[in-house]
Amino acid sequence: MLELKVNGRIHSVDVEPEMPLLWVLRDHLNLHGAKYGCGISLCGACTVHVDGVAVRSCSLPVASVAHKEIVTIEGLSQHGLHRIQQAWIENQVPQCGYCQTGMIMTAAALLAKNPQPTDADIDATMTNLCRCGTYARVRQAIHSAAGAPATRANAAKS
Amino acid sequence: MAFILSRRQFLKASAAVGGGLALEFSFPLSSADAEGATGTTEVNAWVVIHTDERVVVRIARSEMGQGSYTALAQLVAEELECDWSKVSAEFASPNEHIRRNRIWGSMSTGGSNGVRSSQDYVRKAGAGARAMLVQAAAARWDVPVRECTVARGVISHRPTLRTLRYGQVAAAAAQLAPPAQVKLRDASDWTIAGKPVQRLDIPDKVRGKPVFGVDVALPGMLHASIAQCPVFGGKLKSVDAHAAEKMRGVKKVLREDGYVAVVADSWWRANEALKKLDIEWDPGANGSASNESIAAMLREGLADPGLPQARKQGDVGAALASAATVIEAEYHSPYLNHATLEPQTCTAWFRPDGFLEVWTSTQNAEASMAAAAKAAGLPLEQVEVHKMMLGGGFGRRGAPQDFVTQGVTIAKAMRGTPVKMMWSREEDMQHGYYRPASLVRMKAGLSAQGKLVALHARIACPSILAVLQPGRNTSGVDFTAVRTLSDMPYTVPHQQIDYAMRNGHVPVGFWRAPGQQNGFYRECFIDELAAAAGKDPVEFRLGMLNEGDKNRLVLEAATRAAGWGTPLASDVHRGVALVNGFGSYAAIVAEVSVSAKGELKVHRIVLAIDSGYVVNPDTCRAQAESNVVYGLGSILYQENNVKDGRIVESNFHDFRLPQISEMPKVETVLVPTGGFWGGHGEPGILPLTAAVCNAIFAATGKRIRSLPLTHHDLRKV
Ligand code: FES
Ligand code: FES
Repeated sequence: MLELKVNGRIHSVDVEPEMPLLWVLRDHLNLHGAKYGCGISLCGACTVHVDGVAVRSCSLPVASVAHKEIVTIEGLSQHGLHRIQQAWIENQVPQCGYCQTGMIMTAAALLAKNPQPTDADIDATMTNLCRCGTYARVRQAIHSAAGAPATRANAAKS
Repeated sequence: MAFILSRRQFLKASAAVGGGLALEFSFPLSSADAEGATGTTEVNAWVVIHTDERVVVRIARSEMGQGSYTALAQLVAEELECDWSKVSAEFASPNEHIRRNRIWGSMSTGGSNGVRSSQDYVRKAGAGARAMLVQAAAARWDVPVRECTVARGVISHRPTLRTLRYGQVAAAAAQLAPPAQVKLRDASDWTIAGKPVQRLDIPDKVRGKPVFGVDVALPGMLHASIAQCPVFGGKLKSVDAHAAEKMRGVKKVLREDGYVAVVADSWWRANEALKKLDIEWDPGANGSASNESIAAMLREGLADPGLPQARKQGDVGAALASAATVIEAEYHSPYLNHATLEPQTCTAWFRPDGFLEVWTSTQNAEASMAAAAKAAGLPLEQVEVHKMMLGGGFGRRGAPQDFVTQGVTIAKAMRGTPVKMMWSREEDMQHGYYRPASLVRMKAGLSAQGKLVALHARIACPSILAVLQPGRNTSGVDFTAVRTLSDMPYTVPHQQIDYAMRNGHVPVGFWRAPGQQNGFYRECFIDELAAAAGKDPVEFRLGMLNEGDKNRLVLEAATRAAGWGTPLASDVHRGVALVNGFGSYAAIVAEVSVSAKGELKVHRIVLAIDSGYVVNPDTCRAQAESNVVYGLGSILYQENNVKDGRIVESNFHDFRLPQISEMPKVETVLVPTGGFWGGHGEPGILPLTAAVCNAIFAATGKRIRSLPLTHHDLRKV
């Protein structure tokens, strides 16, 4: 049995230590927000936060994240929508949406570390792949979220 | 209805199967209870109204990011004159569709048809429901219909200052006969359609709600991963499953004709066990096919003296013989995978009562129904396909329903237990229905004045229709392989387009804007001709377009917006191209630079498009951006090579997608001229490749006649 802390809740899971976190989340904890796109750290669709850092969960053995703070898109905001999610709606970013939870998690970690990212920062960090081509709006939404401080009023809007 | 459990009954049954586990079960964005709980009225097949004024619009087409889910709801709501803030959408049930005599029209979602081919009947449905609601109100008040007005879902009788809301009369309206005729609103009066309203599917998508095919979770559900014979057309010879069967969570190893599936209690376990199988394949007749053998096949096609003609006008032979200048060039494109970010997936459950339920990401729910019924050996009436949101489609999930056949076949072997099958990325990359590789030779004659007088093209290209609709095409010409060359808008007196159908063994399919390679060939070749004639590429094209031709209009709109002819930064160069298709007209001006090291940067794309009408301008802009990135990947890096009968590439390291840093600035110029309905999902990609390659020529003096660019050295000569 392995103890995992996901979105503030402790879960005991009976899985192989080498099972990637992505599959523990999806198939054992029923959290489907993180997606499978490549399985080998190339696309970022599986991005979640581990101790506040955006990581690609398809390539992370679950044993390596026991007792760490894991946050998925489902737990990104305790109250309504995170300002990144709001910016995503305001800028109508998603198309098919499949890559978008990974994009949002990567962007949220970026903004937490770097509240006013430049275009170059965005280029360097947002290496998630989007087959639908939402990149222009991803950039725009990150800038607009960076401009909007995370106020309670914002959170209440949702 | 006899075989259908209600959604609530199903939830109850599922909870029982799940042994009390709190497992999530979600239907795609359904807010209406289709079973007619109190307070819900189906006014007609498209419009469901709740007593609390919520309006649910049923959507028959699929949603893969292109935005039809919202645009179609806008069109219905426009005619219904309801309150848009109360509108949500849900997918129409394919099973009900069959039982109600295909009441929702086509469910197929491709060819940029989602809106343009259903706009007429969905608008009539909205207008019809409105008429019935007004009639019901008038009857209740006992006043003439013509004295009633409607605004935002409220019916008013001004003379007596009375009002009724749609929710109050919906039940009575549903009893009335639909009107024989309705008058549709003029686009100039639109208040919901034509506006950039927020998409209805986006809130769930940013929350990470389980809306996709791969997100289906059913009580007791098992997972499957499959390995298909890597050589197309090959078969399974033998498999040693000893080690795999002993692995944790593995329930079954299934041997089928062309693939092996492992069923386990999680996808990862199934896939790990799959890797441990010792499989021997019989490659069949195609085990030695390669890039070289395919190139030879296409080249042989070009040399065939007896080719059928897709177009013949005038006498190209004579015109070429007497032309002042003759230019000849050969262009080529590789096979390309769709690479939807969500791999192919299908969940199926043979219920204890004999009914089959399927959940899948499909571009054509009716085709999914047919494939599922066939694989199950059940009549259509005993099958339901739950339409999930697609993690990308681009043509992969429409005509071919291989994933549904497999998903149902696997679940059949696990009768009573739901099984979710998902392909690994590697399977997805190597088992597509690829954009055809093609080889084209073009020969053109210019007059002494530099006018294009004759064009002769020979196209060797596998036929998509021969693969996907065998037997339908008898003329020997597949229009998807010749379009853009066979239907040029340019006034060229002598034209001949020959088609060599050379199919090979690689399955081909509708890849976003099927036939768009011909846009690359034609518009780059036109650029070559303009250069040979010493003319500006825009002027050269305008000189061959009739007044009033909408191709002319978009070319002028794009060049005006891009500032064609105005100075640019010294290292930036422009290219232009123009192609119509999928009901719309599109022109692009591309701005690129090429560094001394030969690195290409695409700075700006100005895309002008005339689709007749625009239902959601923001979605149309998003589709323009989407077409640019999708096309850019194919220009820069993407190719699927064939070796030993199989596809070489396996994942995103050798089939790269552009990243955010490579995204050019995209400016979309919407110039809807009305009077026709064109699409937006594909037209934007049509002129892209040629515009970029023509700009590369302007920057480097190099003609790009094959792709991707990884095979070219762009350093200046
Ligand atoms: S699935 Fe993890 S990076 Fe692609
Ligand atoms: S929105 Fe479809 S893959 Fe990014």
